Amino acid sequence: MGKQRAAVLGVGQTHHRSKRLDVTMAGLCREAIDRALADAGLTFADIDAVVLGKAPDLFEGVMMPELMLADALGATGKPLLRVHTAGSVGGSTANVAASLVHGGEHSRVLAVAFEKQSESNAMWALSISVPFHMPVGAGAGGYFAPHVRSYIRRSGAPSHIGALVAVKDRRNGAKNQFAHLRQSDITLESVQASAMLWDPIRYDETCPSSDGACAIVLGDESAAQGRDAAWIHATAMRTEPTTFAGRDQVNPRAGRDAAAALWREAGIDDPLSQVDAAEIYVPFSWFEPMWLENLGFTEEGQGWKLTEAGETELGGRLPVNPSGGVLSSNPIGASGMLRFGEAAMQVMGRAGEHQVDGARIALGHAYGGGSQYFSMWVVGAEKP
Amino acid sequence: MTDNVSVVSFAQAPHVRETHGTTNGVEMLVPIFKEALDNVGLSKEDIGFWCSGSSDYLAGRAFSFIAAVDAIGAFPPIHESHVEADAAWALYEAWVKIRTGEVDTALVYGFGKSSAGQLRRVLAMQLDPYTVGPLWPDAVSIAGLQARFGLDAGLWTERDMAEVAARGRGGDPDELLRRPYFADPLRKHDCAPITDGAAVVILARDDRARDLTERPARITSIHHRVETPHLGARDLTTSPSTVAAAKAAGADGVTLAELHTPFSHQEILLRQALGLGDEVRVNPSGGPLSGNPMFAAGLARIGEAATRIRPGERALAHATSGPALQQNLVCVLEAD
Repeated sequence: MGKQRAAVLGVGQTHHRSKRLDVTMAGLCREAIDRALADAGLTFADIDAVVLGKAPDLFEGVMMPELMLADALGATGKPLLRVHTAGSVGGSTANVAASLVHGGEHSRVLAVAFEKQSESNAMWALSISVPFHMPVGAGAGGYFAPHVRSYIRRSGAPSHIGALVAVKDRRNGAKNQFAHLRQSDITLESVQASAMLWDPIRYDETCPSSDGACAIVLGDESAAQGRDAAWIHATAMRTEPTTFAGRDQVNPRAGRDAAAALWREAGIDDPLSQVDAAEIYVPFSWFEPMWLENLGFTEEGQGWKLTEAGETELGGRLPVNPSGGVLSSNPIGASGMLRFGEAAMQVMGRAGEHQVDGARIALGHAYGGGSQYFSMWVVGAEKP
Repeated sequence: MTDNVSVVSFAQAPHVRETHGTTNGVEMLVPIFKEALDNVGLSKEDIGFWCSGSSDYLAGRAFSFIAAVDAIGAFPPIHESHVEADAAWALYEAWVKIRTGEVDTALVYGFGKSSAGQLRRVLAMQLDPYTVGPLWPDAVSIAGLQARFGLDAGLWTERDMAEVAARGRGGDPDELLRRPYFADPLRKHDCAPITDGAAVVILARDDRARDLTERPARITSIHHRVETPHLGARDLTTSPSTVAAAKAAGADGVTLAELHTPFSHQEILLRQALGLGDEVRVNPSGGPLSGNPMFAAGLARIGEAATRIRPGERALAHATSGPALQQNLVCVLEAD
């Protein structure tokens, strides 16, 4: 039988806010699902299977919440699969859903990812002390700040690059009706004047905590016949351990390996020229240049020059995070799927005010854990 | 290229009441990774895809599966995924991955250290957190309600349950029936023991499987279904999701069944729902009543069936998840 073609037929997301107290977890998921089904012009009756992804269950305080959400997900009586691969999970969930189509298991699959951080306390969930591990006790920012500092030292990047990314992403977010933070009047000066949280990461260079969900409807070739679709050209996932002697945490090999496999499968030998838009998981501003290098868009140490030259802005050579990215909305488990879904929206021409003109090939990227879990896909307007 | 995928290796950690290792499973996994790989002469670099099943709530921490990756020694980096469910669903994901043609081998593992907490209370965290969870109906009590429904409907008797328990874990049914109730109508022997453990299964596409082992167990089909979470909306005396999965998987004519039934009445319930007659050997491994490592026991059913299947035989392996058999997976295996 071999590998079947797979495509995105529809994408939906919630309005992301710090506390969506107006809905339950089921209501939050349903808001994204209903929009995705409407975008695809389908109903629950058309869906063969559901894949749900989210980050740790301790973030909401429900063990395997997909079980209690089965009705709301439209999964009752159908196959339901739950994915959890840390912060990369939203992307991994889309990739697993794609594999169900690629493998010929199903014709139409609904992928859903959510996080409702207001139900519990993510900082607490991440701070449980476990044996044999040095407790971080400073949240994700405290964990990643040394990586950023190391990047700056290694690359010689000027100190304002991170702030440039924050300005760009928040202004992009202002063009996205669903974004949590929409700050059209943010400036380089205002970012640089914001409080230092984890040196060198300032408050305005940090992602928010959001409640939100994303849903993607995927289909096989017959399901995509005669309609606009974002064809999946390649998927990749790689994992490496959190800590070991000599590990490069700034430019991790798992990310480089995943990107190399991705570009190879997609038939892309010059990503910077051949990719029209990129949705990259950037929870702290400096991760834009770091991941540009890790993904192979530039040589090592050169990523910040692309950012400084304005080439990652809307209208630049490679618009990065035209949706506003993780810096504008961060429902953790859904953040990766938002990157994948926004990439699909770009090549389907459905990104509205943050549409990249003429986007034909787009990247969706997510990472998680201690920069050790990577998932990514390339989608295109044409069949692969 | 063939689409057929076979189980080529199976290993499991000893079923024990309490390990001294971490809840990350590393200490249980390292020896059985070696055993499963050695069985077929492979090294970790030969594995195309890794997939695991485990639960952060059972481990009492976020990201327990990340620490489990330390047991692999995952550098150079690996192609890997994880389900927050019994590893039988990880096997399903890996089986699909091989069928996409992207890889030709996969290693699947599951682990759980139930002794780290109070399992019956931990599992209550699976219930609707707004309306049901706050009442703390624990997992054993919910299973007790299910057993009571079947008793009242005349579908099974307490003696039937005791006979299942006696076969699974030893003892005399008459003597077992004289023991006190634990959660009426369940006695302790009707409930799977609290078990720490882990399991590993290696899958290979058929063109590789023959080179790796003389006795591959070919997976002909896997299907799974979930039911509504509302206990009051379900008929708890049967299992429509298992029946639908078995029908889709073409499970007719099996003569061996490994059923993931943590409570004695559930084995009777599934036998009735699946129409398994006396000609079917059910849980020759002893089943979950003899050892029930959470998040590995469903995967172990597939491994046990693959190990015990005879040439020419068809076998059914079943895995369950959620309260009172809410979600069920059926895997059909054949051996030449």
